[in-house]
Parts: sequence; structure tokens; C-alpha cells
Amino acid sequence: MAEQQPVSTNGRAGGDDASNGVLEQLTDDQLRWIYQIMRRIRRFEETAEEAFRAAKMRGALHFYIGEEATATGVCAALDDGDFITSTHRGHGHCIAKGARMDKMMAELFGRSTGYCGGKGGSMHIADIELGNLGANGIVGAGIPIATGAALGSKLRKDGKVTVAFFGDGAGPTGAFHEGVNVAATMNLPAVFVCENNQYGMATHADFANAAAIHNRGPAYGIPSASIDGNDIFEVYATAKTAIDRARRGEGPTLIEARTYRQKGHTVLDQKNYRTKEEIAEWVARDPIERFVTAVNESERLDEDDFQAIDGQIECEIEHAVAFAEASPWPTVDVIERDVYVE
Amino acid sequence: MAVTTPQAPAPETATREIFMSEALREAIDEEMTRDPTVFVVGEEVGVWGGAYAVTQGLLEKWGPDRIVDTPIAEAAIAGLGIGAALTGSRPVAEFMYSDFMGIAMDQIVNQAAKNRYMFGGKAKLPLTYRAPFGAGTGNAAQHTQSLEAWFAHVPGLKVITASTPYDAKGLLKSAIREDNVVIMFEHKAIYAMRGHVPEGEYLVPIGVADVKREGDDVSVITYARQTHHALEAAEQLAAEGISVEVVDIRSLYPLDTDTVLRSVRKTHRAVVLYEAVRFGGFGAEIASQIQELAFDDLDAPVLRVGAAHAPVPFSEPLEQASFPDTAQVVGAIRQSLQGVY
Repeated sequence: MAEQQPVSTNGRAGGDDASNGVLEQLTDDQLRWIYQIMRRIRRFEETAEEAFRAAKMRGALHFYIGEEATATGVCAALDDGDFITSTHRGHGHCIAKGARMDKMMAELFGRSTGYCGGKGGSMHIADIELGNLGANGIVGAGIPIATGAALGSKLRKDGKVTVAFFGDGAGPTGAFHEGVNVAATMNLPAVFVCENNQYGMATHADFANAAAIHNRGPAYGIPSASIDGNDIFEVYATAKTAIDRARRGEGPTLIEARTYRQKGHTVLDQKNYRTKEEIAEWVARDPIERFVTAVNESERLDEDDFQAIDGQIECEIEHAVAFAEASPWPTVDVIERDVYVE
Repeated sequence: MAVTTPQAPAPETATREIFMSEALREAIDEEMTRDPTVFVVGEEVGVWGGAYAVTQGLLEKWGPDRIVDTPIAEAAIAGLGIGAALTGSRPVAEFMYSDFMGIAMDQIVNQAAKNRYMFGGKAKLPLTYRAPFGAGTGNAAQHTQSLEAWFAHVPGLKVITASTPYDAKGLLKSAIREDNVVIMFEHKAIYAMRGHVPEGEYLVPIGVADVKREGDDVSVITYARQTHHALEAAEQLAAEGISVEVVDIRSLYPLDTDTVLRSVRKTHRAVVLYEAVRFGGFGAEIASQIQELAFDDLDAPVLRVGAAHAPVPFSEPLEQASFPDTAQVVGAIRQSLQGVY
């Protein structure tokens, strides 16, 4: 990537300028990767929802649909060895960090072949080898862990960067403050990415947070940015700037990406806290559609490219469901296994 | 707050005696030498040298990349340990007082303890938390609790505590080498206790109790500072011809039930002694295991001796009376022997 617009410290970085020219700087392979990841996330969750409604899985499913550009844009800017911490709404982060959908689907089905052998479920998928330090059932809790991973990288001098994904619902937690403040005081290679999808369950982000989350950057003495989280190019450019900065040893950045959860909080949703018009307004700003439109306008990829990727993803999805359904349940003798390293 | 700062270095003799705080420091220092991924993180562990002087001098020796001072942020300290451990380091994270772990409870209980299991055994957390605990120092209710049972109750954590400098050093070295989350509770009142610690390398295994005094008539099952009250009680009663065995469990989890049962099957009587609030304390677990597994061997009910059902009070006579002392232990042993309840 060429030099990007620097992230400002006044919370007004990003904006339309940040995405200008980014598409042109991405290779065709990068564009294909971005489309593939966003579509994988979308199709994985659509399929998981069907399976849930067909009573093939249980527990809680928190959908990332509508927020794909954030995870994808940030992870596109990460190196393979870099780390992330994720959230209860974590399928997108997993897929963007390279997780296999068959093992993810099997985990959602509670099967022994899942990422966690069926012990974690949707909210606890991790793949340490891929640098995914785990989804998390506790809002905000991944932030201090990300700070710890970044401290480890600084001490080990391994050159890695850690991204903490969290939602607007984590803004009010103590873990946010402790994690970001310590990372700032220690100048750690961390990037804090708030996915402001507008709601924590039914509670609006503006009600939950006394001031906009991106405005807190100056309070910690770190750069912060407020960006359109549904604009993959702006997400990528802003994340790249922040990640490069962290890797150079210049410390953490706070990014607030405005996006929207098109689906309910979980499969079950009260549907009484927002209007159909509001949802429609955000669906019209769908991050995948916007990406496709932009790419079509640029004439970089053609319909065949998109169809080829779609076709491949349908095969992957079909395989993932078949794999999950055919996989054995865990045997009960594993209940007390893997509590400790023996 | 009462800060104990040991002064003179221990003489280098065959029967070298050092303070417990020094023994702990040696454990950390040796493990840092042995493994470059070991580092210390916590509040005031650097320049100050630790609130109880355990890390004194380590910043000068190892520098700020191995002895990492943090702001007052217990959740962050716990999380720093987790994130660093998950990614290849071997942190020793200190809570200045175990009472402060409440602020970090989510990180310890929902994150550190559960990551490996929730992730299907794929994660490894070589992480040691150290935490001063216990009463008797005049620090009042928010700096003197004994909360070890909270953590022993959580699968995924190992919980250890030492009564002597020898055990403290050997246990902490074992903890640092563990690929699991270990919480070491260090009793504040015995940081300045001196004891024999040999030169050179040794480990005390986690999960192995130690019979600190052999006896035939009654077993006192205990840990940490209360071990010394049990030993004093045993000494007093020996003059009357009563033979008391003192078992220091050293590990709450995993608990060395075999050693406890072996002792009880020999003496047929058990007093479980601990400094935490008696109700719902870890002694209840020990007592329960004894009656489940050695009921027929018992000649008397298993007695528990623990602290009053109150926050730890400040005023010295109140504080001293709030947790078990030697006289109470003597009384409980007599009660067990006389069968009067």
C-alpha cells in the first residue's frame, strides 16, 4: 500500500478521503480475497440461521451480517502471524482471520470435529495458530487480553500486532478503560477496533456511551479515527495505517467503525427497539453490495469473478453443513478433559 | 499499609536461612534466568520492589522488559498475563493484595481459567498469579481476606500456598514452569519468616501435601500461616503426652487427598484449620472428603476451625480474635480427643 492519510488525534480522521484511491491500490487477488471473505461470512451466518431455525443447533447465535466489511477490512491489513481478540459476535472475525467454515459449523452443531471439540460453541471459537485468541462471551473482556498479547509481542520483539475487536456495548465497561489505558501507557503494538453496530441488545450506543467512543482517543493520548465501517476501503486504509504504526513501535490506535447489525441481537430478538425504516436504510448501505458496485464501476473484476467465488463458497457451505451433520457428538468421557494441560 | 522489607542478606552456610520473601524472589530470579520468556508484571513490582519486597532488586537486574510496572488496573494485569501467555510468554503477574482480585475476577475466572477448555484444549496458558493474603497485619477488611476457596472452586485454576520459605520457593518455581494457570497465595504475616532454603535447584511439586509433624492421636489438616499455629499447638500438647500430626496441604487444587486420608486413617481424628471465614471455606471441602472417604476410620466428627463470620476488623484485639490462633487450635484438638461437641 502507498502512504495512507495519517490517522488524526482529533477523532475526525477517516471520512470519505480515507477510501479514495484504495481500490486502485489493491491487487485483483486482494479484491477477490475481500469479496470471498465477506461472502463467506454472510453465507455462513445465513446457513447457520437456517440450521438454528430447523432446530439443528442450540444456544445463542449472534449475527455479524451487515458488519462484514469491518472484520474483513481490518484482517486484510493484518499479517498472518498477527493476533486478534474477538467478541460474542465473532463469526466474522474468525472467518476473516482464516478459520475453516467446516470446523466452525461443526462447533456450532456441538460436534467433536468442531474447533473446540464442541466445548465452546459459537461464542468461544479460537484458533491460536491462526492468531485468533478467541471469541468471548463477556463483553469487553477481550480488550485486556489483546493488550496482554501486545505486551507479549513487545517483550518478545516478535514484530506482531494485536487487534482487539469489540462492540459499542464494550464502551461502558471497565475492561475497555483498563485495557486501552495500559496499552497506551506502555506504547504497545495494539489496535482497538470498536464495531459500533448501534445497539447492545436493545440499548443504543449513544445511550450507553456518554461520548462517542472515537472521542476517547485523545483522553488516552493515542490517535483515533471515526470511519464508515461499511466501506471496506476506508476500513482497510485506516486499519493499515494503525497497524503499520503499531508495528513501527509507535503505539496503539483507537478506531470506531460505524456499522449496523442487520439481524437481531440473536436469532431471538424483541424487534421493538428500532424501526423497519432504519433497518432498510442500513441494508441499503450493505457493505458487500457497496464493494461489488465499486469494483464493477472500476471494471477490475467482472461478473465471472464474482460468480466463480460465489460458486466456490456454496460448495464450501454445503461441505461445512454436511461435515457438521455427519460428525460425531463428543463422547461424555471428555467432560473433564482439557481443563488443564496434563 | 504494612510493608515488610527484609534487611540483611542470609548467610551462605550449609543451613542457609532466608526470609520467605527472599525465597520467592530467588524462585522468580532463577526461573527468569532459566527461561527468557518469564517476566514479572504488576503494580509497583519495579522501582518499589513489590509491596512486600518480593521483587526487590529485580528491576535493576533484569530491566523494564522483564519487570513490568503497571498502573493500578487489576483487570488489565490479569489480562496482560492471559494475552502474553497465550502468545508465547510465561508471565508472573502480581496482585498487590489478593483482595484486589475482585476487580480482575472476570479475567481470572471467565478468561484465564476457561480459555483452554472452551477452545477445545488448543490454548496453553503458562501463567502464574501471585497474591498476598491473610490477616494479622492491621490492614483491615479490604487488605486481609483469605479468598482462596473462591479460586479453588473454579475448574481451570490451580491454587497453591506455602507455609515455609522452602516450600514457597519450590512451589513458585513449579508454578512458573506449569503450562497452566496457577494462583499462589502468599500469607503476608510470614513473608518475614526465616527458614532453611538450600543452595541450588529444587522444586516442590504442586498437588503434594507435606506432613510437617508426625503424630498419632489427631490430625490437623491446614495450610499457609495456620500451619505454624498447628505446630505450636502440637508442641504444647506434646508436653501432655498428646501426639498431633500436622498436614500442610500446600495445594488446594489439586488436593492431595491421599496424604490427608493416610493421616486421618492413622489418627482417627481430624481438625481442619484455615484462616478464611469458617462458613463455606476450603476447610469444608477437606472435611467433606474425609467423611466421604474415611468415615469408618473416624472416632470423632471432623472439626473445622476458621475465622469469624465478619469482615476482618482493624483494631488489634478484634483482628487477632477474628481468626484462629494457637489457643483455639489447642482447644479444637482437645475437643476432638474428648469427643465433647
